[in-house]
Amino acid sequence: MKKRDLVVVGGGPAGMAAARAARDAGVRDILLIERDSHLGGILNQCIHPGFGLHRFKAELTGPEYADRFVKMTAAAPEIEVSLRSFVVKLTPEKRVSYLRPGALEEVEARAVIMATGCRERTREMIPIPGTRPAGVYPAGLAQKMINMEGWIPGREAVIVGSGDIGLIMARRMALEGVKVKAVIEIQDKTRGLVRNVVQCLEDFGIPLYMRHKVARIYGRDRVEGVDVVRVDDNLAAVPGSEFSLACDTVLVSVGLIPENELLEAAGAAIDPRTNGPVSAELKGTSIPGVFACGNSFKVYDLVDWVSRDSELAGKAAAAYLAGGAR
Amino acid sequence: MKKTMTCIECPRGCALEVTLENEWKVSAVAGHQCPRGEKYARQEIEAPTRTLTTAVLTRGLELRMLPVRTSAPIPKGRLMDAMAAVKKIVVSSPVEAGQAVAENFLGLGVDLVATRPLGPAPESPAN
Ligand SMILES: Cc1cc2nc3c(=O)[nH]c(=O)nc-3n(C[C@H](O)[C@H](O)[C@H](O)COP(=O)(O)OP(=O)(O)OC[C@H]3O[C@@H](n4cnc5c(N)ncnc54)[C@H](O)[C@@H]3O)c2cc1C
Repeated sequence: MKKRDLVVVGGGPAGMAAARAARDAGVRDILLIERDSHLGGILNQCIHPGFGLHRFKAELTGPEYADRFVKMTAAAPEIEVSLRSFVVKLTPEKRVSYLRPGALEEVEARAVIMATGCRERTREMIPIPGTRPAGVYPAGLAQKMINMEGWIPGREAVIVGSGDIGLIMARRMALEGVKVKAVIEIQDKTRGLVRNVVQCLEDFGIPLYMRHKVARIYGRDRVEGVDVVRVDDNLAAVPGSEFSLACDTVLVSVGLIPENELLEAAGAAIDPRTNGPVSAELKGTSIPGVFACGNSFKVYDLVDWVSRDSELAGKAAAAYLAGGAR
Repeated sequence: MKKTMTCIECPRGCALEVTLENEWKVSAVAGHQCPRGEKYARQEIEAPTRTLTTAVLTRGLELRMLPVRTSAPIPKGRLMDAMAAVKKIVVSSPVEAGQAVAENFLGLGVDLVATRPLGPAPESPAN
């Protein structure tokens, strides 16, 4: 079996920053494994500006932020990048198995950094009664469809959730000519930035209904509309406040969950509440020599802090390796 | 004439009260806690601008869409015209990040620039 000093799983901003920091701290044999055909992770689909104000003192788009780290990764010959490579298994002995086109590879690592990002909560995780027609998408999936595949998911949309992802997608669809009927938020204030409320909703005349929820989605094969209802401070529906909105698309933007199934299967302790790894030390896991960082450690709002903290994970892995660990 | 607006310069989000001389001229601003608030209110009413970020179609490149931005903010009122023009562009040669895909876009004195590098589509693998 091939041996490596350090294997980093996931080539988003977290994995790239961790790999580069480990290399800068003296690690000389690093394999960075990414399932996609490009490095950059979720940043590749976040084509809006709002990245890097802290890190680079410039307002970059997601791809521009990613590109800076891709170049830093490419400039370090100690980091070998394996693209189109899907990690399917991690063992407590730090064996990593991955599928790449035409082969199943197995490597034995002295240290591993998990940087697998997060996935979106789906409609199934928040109760919305009604039928199950086509046209209901997690907002991040719709973002990928529009920004990377060039598909517009519908003509008239309602967005559930007013976090930054929901707001960004409202603007994105409005720019693409989709009629965005409303953003529905169950809380009494948005978690999104004021700037996004102004530039993503007000600029396009999109109403934001706070303390409202989608009571029902209807439609047979395709979404035909939603019922919206006001809720009181206990989040209970206020009778008589319902109204309907016709639409063919519903985007659900109700949060992210760290992606840690590989770690869990390796026997690492996972906090069932956050789905993040339980760890005594910063950016560690309960398995010695296995580290975690980025959105798979905890969900971050700003990529700048992902980069900063992932560099700590890279340094910690380097210190672990320098300590003679096997 | 008065108008209220929320400052977006920082997360504090001051509620600004703007006194208008006419629809597009500010005479006074109140409610801001720092000078950026006043500047924002004047800019936003007298000449609002936005940086457009979107994606253009490609042909023969590694990804189907190329993300782009305007090299500087453009008048807010031109966003939809800009989107209409963006839809007519197809990029078929490899680009570097920062390279212009349309110069002096809509005559606005800004370029439309790629925000990532994009190489040619790989030879389709036989698998
Ligand atoms: C829609 C949206 C908008 C955002 N807007 C902003 C913003 O305006 N400003 C800002 O600063 N931040 C923003 N963020 C947050 C920021 O983008 C994230 O915090 C950051 O990208 C997280 O980096 P990461 O490397 O942890 O995860 P990701 O970027 O998700 O990278 C994880 C990588 O791991 C790979 N991977 C996962 N599992 C495997 C496996 N089994 N084998 C191989 N590879 C695997 C994935 O393919 C991916 O490339 C936004 C996030 C989203 C989702």
